[in-house]
Amino acid sequence: MGDFRMPSLGADMTEGRLLEWRVRPGDTVARGDIVAVVDTSKAEIEIEIFEAGVIEELLVEEGTKVPVGTVLAHLQPLGEEARPVAPAPPPPAPASAAQAPPAPPPPPAAAPATSSPEPARAAGAARVRISPLARRAAAERGVDPAALAGSGPGGAITLTDVERAAPAAAAAPAAPAQAPAPTPAAAPAPRPALSTADEDRAAAMRQTIANLMARSKREIPHYYLGQHVDMTRAMEWLAAANAPRPPGERLLPAALLMKAVALACREHPALNGFFVDGAARPAEGVHLGVAIALRGGGLVAPAIHDADALDLDALMAGLRDLTRRARHGQLRGSEMTDPTITVTNLGDRGVETVYGVIYPPQVALVGFGRIVERPWARDGMLGAHPVVHATLAADHRAGDGHTGGLFLAAIDRRLQEPETL
Amino acid sequence: MTESEARETLLAALAEVAPETAGADVEGDVELTEQLDLDSMDFLSYITSVSERTGREIPELDYPRLRTLDDGVAYLVA
Repeated sequence: MGDFRMPSLGADMTEGRLLEWRVRPGDTVARGDIVAVVDTSKAEIEIEIFEAGVIEELLVEEGTKVPVGTVLAHLQPLGEEARPVAPAPPPPAPASAAQAPPAPPPPPAAAPATSSPEPARAAGAARVRISPLARRAAAERGVDPAALAGSGPGGAITLTDVERAAPAAAAAPAAPAQAPAPTPAAAPAPRPALSTADEDRAAAMRQTIANLMARSKREIPHYYLGQHVDMTRAMEWLAAANAPRPPGERLLPAALLMKAVALACREHPALNGFFVDGAARPAEGVHLGVAIALRGGGLVAPAIHDADALDLDALMAGLRDLTRRARHGQLRGSEMTDPTITVTNLGDRGVETVYGVIYPPQVALVGFGRIVERPWARDGMLGAHPVVHATLAADHRAGDGHTGGLFLAAIDRRLQEPETL
Repeated sequence: MTESEARETLLAALAEVAPETAGADVEGDVELTEQLDLDSMDFLSYITSVSERTGREIPELDYPRLRTLDDGVAYLVA
């Protein structure tokens, strides 16, 4: 029997709140299916399962906060279930009231004491399938999700359902579009997650970033290198490539920069991976973490998987999609855990140079400043060229500056041949 | 397209690419990227949305003409 555990969505995560189950006991799941939504201190994240099988039992109730590693559900692996001789046991009653959630193991000593234990929710409350966006909208509009008929997959309540129930601004707080009180038995207990004000989340994210960056600077002996890169060819190529394209298919310079980094990672695998248990462990694939600043404060750095193998259009589509979902709070678990190196493009509108802090347990972070026009000498001639300052912060335990220098030179070389990106 | 239609279209596109800014009053004469803290990806998504809503192609060279809300209105009405 397989266990589905609370994943660690990054080195900074010690616990997570299970917000929502997307499966019920008896459901068959395939590798990569989204089975739950978890609230970390940073965001609501959709969690995939990486084993195929049949969900046997859900052990943790929605709304419960548990440490990383806690078993959330039991899973019958598909191989066993498929044996014709042994019929699958009847699926247990969904979330039976008698089923008390197991006592979670004590949180690790290092866990930040930001959370108090949650009050137990009323057992036996009707389970409501509802998307995170819809749940938030329902809370804002004072709509009881349990009273709605879902039109989404599996009867899930969608944002549209909520909007239909409470149209427009729903300014009148008393407007009872749905009879509120009469069925107390069916009404779910108020979700603790809903009470998490935006300020609380911002404070929690600040604390999370503080812990992680302090750990990075405490444990990782950073070394820093920088190189100015002439972007003339890259920008000319980009302008020509974009001219015939509609806006939805245009590329940004960031896509070229990312691809150059991904290819440089392939040439210099020592900078692409992790430092764990006293040893450098280069990663198999190149999963570029993209630092995205959130306007509410804080940042996330989800991954674009196998960026070295993507063409520029696919990479750009990935960047667009990640940014959009980060803005809407819809990132997935594997994106949060997988980055093998992080790129920050902080200079997008601002500074010319960024010296990054490495995201443990990764061993390198590449920074790009703003692309600016600067005097540039080439072949004995001085001209005005678009120039970007590329920097590398790298873990000296995992390698030396010589490798880092070659890595930055590889990025430069790639950007001089934009048609090969 | 009338001025008020243009303004409505631009505000809808902004709400789509920057949902966190929904409800904020948008000043007509301040650069959107500064005002709403849009990065280049957000701005491209904004242009894309405006293009899809209006059928206008909006070449890259025209981006400066959509820097503020008022500029964008004038661009769409013209």
